[in-house]
Amino acid sequence: MSAREDILARLRERRPDGEFPLPVLPSFPGIEGDLVAAFQQNLAAMGGQCVHLPDREALDPFLCARLGASRLIRTSTDELPGFARTDAVTDPRDLENVHTGIVRARFGVAETGSLFLSGRELQVNTIAYLAQHLVVLLDPAAIVPGIADAYLRDDFTSTNYVSLMTGPSATADIEGVMIRGAQGVRSLTVVFAKPIFTDPTRPADARQA
Amino acid sequence: MSAGTDKTKPVDHAGAAAAFVADTPHLAFHDRRLWELRQKRDGQMHVIPEWQELRSLASAIKEHTLSRLADYLEQFEAQAKARGVTVHWARNAEEHNATVLRIMREHKAKTLAKSKSMLTEECEMAPFLERHGITITETDLGERIQQLDGQAPSHIVVPAVHKLREDVARVFARTIGGDPNNADPNALAEHARVTTRPLMLDADIGMTGANFLVAETGAVVVCTNEGNADLSANIPKVHIVSAGIEKLIPRQADLGVFIRLLSRSALGSPITQYTSHFRGPRAGAEMHIILVDNGRSQRLGEEDFWPSLKCIRCGACMNTCPVYRRSGGLSYGAVYSGPIGAIINPSYDPMRYSTLPFASTLNGSCTSVCPVKINIHDQLYKWRRVIAERGLLPKNKALSLRIAGYVLASPRLYRLATGAARMAVRHLPRALLYSKLNSWGRDREVPAAPKESFAAWAARNRPVKR
Ligand code: SF4
Repeated sequence: MSAREDILARLRERRPDGEFPLPVLPSFPGIEGDLVAAFQQNLAAMGGQCVHLPDREALDPFLCARLGASRLIRTSTDELPGFARTDAVTDPRDLENVHTGIVRARFGVAETGSLFLSGRELQVNTIAYLAQHLVVLLDPAAIVPGIADAYLRDDFTSTNYVSLMTGPSATADIEGVMIRGAQGVRSLTVVFAKPIFTDPTRPADARQA
Repeated sequence: MSAGTDKTKPVDHAGAAAAFVADTPHLAFHDRRLWELRQKRDGQMHVIPEWQELRSLASAIKEHTLSRLADYLEQFEAQAKARGVTVHWARNAEEHNATVLRIMREHKAKTLAKSKSMLTEECEMAPFLERHGITITETDLGERIQQLDGQAPSHIVVPAVHKLREDVARVFARTIGGDPNNADPNALAEHARVTTRPLMLDADIGMTGANFLVAETGAVVVCTNEGNADLSANIPKVHIVSAGIEKLIPRQADLGVFIRLLSRSALGSPITQYTSHFRGPRAGAEMHIILVDNGRSQRLGEEDFWPSLKCIRCGACMNTCPVYRRSGGLSYGAVYSGPIGAIINPSYDPMRYSTLPFASTLNGSCTSVCPVKINIHDQLYKWRRVIAERGLLPKNKALSLRIAGYVLASPRLYRLATGAARMAVRHLPRALLYSKLNSWGRDREVPAAPKESFAAWAARNRPVKR
């Protein structure tokens, strides 16, 4: 018997006696009111920061001023023509020396301050980890109240890779001292900005299934 | 492992614990740090009004899944295969390790970057692969420290929690360079970052564990904080997932229950920095999943003990356990330590782990904090009976007294412990102290804690001349 058949047969033979119905998941009352404020507060607790801009036009100047010209910056969104894209990158290692990556999250989660980023948004997944810093654009209207709400969405099955990212990488493995910037990005900044430009000619899943 | 490597003899938990107890600074820190995690967990629990309901749901979902585990595994496998994942099955540790080696050889791979996985510890994979010329890099900081020190992890969530910063500085200086006298945690973590990242960039194959496997979607869910798991999975051309068959959950929506419980119970944070879902390989890459039994199907048929398979490895039962906090994970001489270790290790080897179910005061605190409602202290009691019935009780009749009592009996420890208890009684809200959660508070009013213990008061007011 193959290992597969053997294991499955043993599990069937030894299954616990009794009925164990699968519970229907109730919907609990979640965060109400200002989701942006809740998101910001909960992300701050996980070490991430939020920036509000007066309007969409302020985004490019803000990013240029903040990031400076000399640094290696890569963006995975097609909304920022002023910055080099990740499109041309074929080897995930090539992003090793990137100072800052810029990506757009599909949505945020107020309960935890988490950002939904999939292979589709990232294009090259390592942009969110190999870069020293990460800037994430987020539409303030695209925030769901809770983690349970997020998992009711079918976005999770739209690509092979999805991460809910909540702040920069962190460790407390040495005496419980919290250190932001473990193996992944050292900082994560959310900039609230509505999407203004998406290229309809570009296939959505060009880079990654 | 440090608590005796002779596998034919029972682990001397009490003896190993005594050594840990004798080391005051380590003991004091260990006790304080784990109690801090427990308190942070309590803080998180209080902001979720439906906490107890979530625990009941999590328990029911897991019981349901375990009762039809074969069906859900088949569903998961079909989903994963449809996305281009290669699914392997392993009856035991040997088959698991052989599968990893075969994949490595097929790719002529020499280096493996891996994130934290208790299952690979359970399978003793690292020594096996090293014997076959493979270089393994543990990429989680705590695991890396333990790897460099040649020690097993002492805690399933915080593997190096028994070490002080000076210990880490010395381990690094001895192995990967650095100043043995610079024990600044920031400098140490930075040193780990700059020395580990290149190893991930160069690794031929990346490996992660799995926190959950979703039958409905074929997703492998990995919850981590350091970014190392996502780097290990997303850089090399091949990603291997090692997962125990009990990690299954039926639906994606069930993650809305488990993700809300896991990190809150483990570290007292609302979520891990990264909650990542892998459903298939990147373009041009490969993904393999190894589904491992290694004793799990056996345990499923044990009427009293199968609910331990619900465990989501959060470590909350360890953080709350007074015996664990004061004896250290390594004293259990097993892959899994603390209360969860004391109920799952004996099912692998009842003789060798016969002492572990006695490493408990049966105070029930573990059961109260467990997010999937495993009846841990009940199972501890039942294991004691099994061990007695099988004649595996060591000669010393006072064993339970000796072990459970040992760490609580030392006067210095008693002072440490009461210090923590006074703090707790003064600072915990009444609702918590008298809730069903605190079995010590259930039947009796806890007296108001004085700001100062009598001993401290006496020492201050009537200093003893030496
Ligand atoms: S037994 Fe419960 S509390 Fe202990 S590690 Fe497992 S899930 Fe967590």
